[in-house]
Amino acid sequence: MTAAVQLAQNDPQPVAEANGRSKVIARDVNVYYGDKHALRNVDLDIPENAVTALIGPSGCGKTTFLRCINRMNDTIPTARVTGRLEIDGRDVHDPEIDVVQLRARVGMVFQKPNPFPKSIFENVAYGPRIHGLARNKSDMEEIVIGSLRRAGLYEEVKDRLGESGTALSGGQQQRLCIARAIAVSPDVILMDEPCSALDPIATAKIEELMDELRTNFTIVIVTHSMQQAARVSQRTAFFHLGILVEQGVTGEIFTAPKDQRTQDYITGRFG
Amino acid sequence: MVAEHTMKAFDADLQDLGRIVAEMGGIAEQQISDAIDALDRRDAMLAQQVIASDARIDTLQREIEEKVILTIARRQPMAVDLREIVGALRISNDLERIGDLAKNIAKRVLALDSEFKSQRVMRGVEHMAELVLAQIKDVLDSYTKRDAQKALSVWRSDEGVDAVNNSLFRELLTYMMEDPRNISICIHLLFCAKNIERMGDHATNIAETVYYMVEGRMLGDERPKGDKTSMTMVPFDA
Repeated sequence: MTAAVQLAQNDPQPVAEANGRSKVIARDVNVYYGDKHALRNVDLDIPENAVTALIGPSGCGKTTFLRCINRMNDTIPTARVTGRLEIDGRDVHDPEIDVVQLRARVGMVFQKPNPFPKSIFENVAYGPRIHGLARNKSDMEEIVIGSLRRAGLYEEVKDRLGESGTALSGGQQQRLCIARAIAVSPDVILMDEPCSALDPIATAKIEELMDELRTNFTIVIVTHSMQQAARVSQRTAFFHLGILVEQGVTGEIFTAPKDQRTQDYITGRFG
Repeated sequence: MVAEHTMKAFDADLQDLGRIVAEMGGIAEQQISDAIDALDRRDAMLAQQVIASDARIDTLQREIEEKVILTIARRQPMAVDLREIVGALRISNDLERIGDLAKNIAKRVLALDSEFKSQRVMRGVEHMAELVLAQIKDVLDSYTKRDAQKALSVWRSDEGVDAVNNSLFRELLTYMMEDPRNISICIHLLFCAKNIERMGDHATNIAETVYYMVEGRMLGDERPKGDKTSMTMVPFDA
C-alpha cells in the first residue's frame, strides 16, 4: 500500500465516553455455579452516564455478569465469584461493603414487572423510607412524584396514587418499577430484559426513558433484541459461552464487528 | 465463506440482490463496448440498440431499490448483511449511471453527420473506453469475489483514464482551432470522452463500496486524481 492511500480512520468519539469516566470496572471476573464455570475472565469497563448493552445467546453469561454488579449472585448458595469488580474504584466484594447500601446504589429492573402489592405511592416510597431518605411527608411526596415524573409515569397515574400498583398495565408497571429503582437515587441501574414482556409502544416508552435517564445514571441493560441494543445503547458487549467475546461502540459492533462470532450472532447465523 | 442464516429466506434475498447487480454489470459492460463500436463505425442501428437496452438496466435498478427497502424492513439487517444490502443499492446506482453515460454516447452517434474522422482521436477514445471497461470488469469481479484488495487496485487505477482524457482534450482543441467546421464533431467527441471518464469515476465509486462491504470501513478521499482538463488551455497562436 502506498503512502498516498490513507484509509479513513473510523474512530468517532463515542458518546458513551463523553466524560471519559468508567463507572464500573470488571477485571478478570469469573463466576462458578457449583462446578459450572459460568463466566470466564471478564474484563469490561462500563462508562458513566451511558447505556451499555449486554447481548448474547441464552446461557452466555450476560445476566450472570449483570448480577455481579450488585452482588445478586450472593443469593445463590452455589455461586462463587472471583476477580475484581469495582464501582467508582471500590471493589463490590470488599468485606466492608454493606450489601444493602450497594443495592441502593445499584438499582435493578427485572424482565417481568414486579411491583409490590401496595399502592402506586407506596411502591415508590418504600425504598426512600427504608433508607431514611425523606425527613418528612412533604419530602417523601417530592421524592415519589419526582421519581414518577422521571419514569414518565406521573401524568398517567397522578389521580390514583392510592390505587394498587399491580392494577396498572404491563408497561406502566415496568415504569413504576423504574420509578421505584430511581427513587433511592442510585448511581447505576441494571435492567434485565426490561421490555421482553411489553408491547412495542410500551417498549418505545421505556427506551425513550432510558435515553433520558442516562444523563443522570449509568445504565446496563441485558437484552435479546439486537435492534433494542442498537437503538438504546452507546456501548455493546457480546458474550458467548461465558466469554466476553467483543465490546465496543454500539455503532461499530452492529455495522462492522471484529469477531466472527459476534458477526454470526448479530446477523442470525448461529446454528 | 459466510455461514448460512438461520432464516434461509434471508440468504435467498441476499443472493437475489447479488444476482441482479451482476446482471446489471453485464448489461453495462455490453452497452459501453457497443456504444464505442457504434461511434467508431458510425453505426446508427447499434447505437439504437444501446439506447434501447438502457430501459432494462433502469428496471433492474428499481428492482434492487424495492428489494433493498423490503429487506431492510423485513430483516433489519446488521453488520455484514447491512453492508451487503447498502452496497447493492449503491453499486446499482453507479451501474445505472454508467448505462446512462453509454446511452449518451450512443445518442451522439446519431447526431454525428460530419465526415471528420481522426484516427488518432478515435484510437484515443477507444483506448480510454478499453481502460474503463477493464476497470469495470475488475471492479465487478471484486464485487463477485468480495475481494477488497482487487477493489483497492481499481480504486487506484483511475489515473490512466485521466491521462488519456487530458491528451484527447488538447488534441480536440487543436482540431477545432484548425478548422471551425470540426467544432461540432469535436465537441461531441469531447463529450464522449468526458462520458467515458465519468464511467471510470463510477467504477472507482463501486470500488469504494466493495471495499466498505468487505472491510467495514470507508476509504478516504486520497484517491490519486489526474483529470486536468478543467485547467487545460491551448494558446491560440499554437
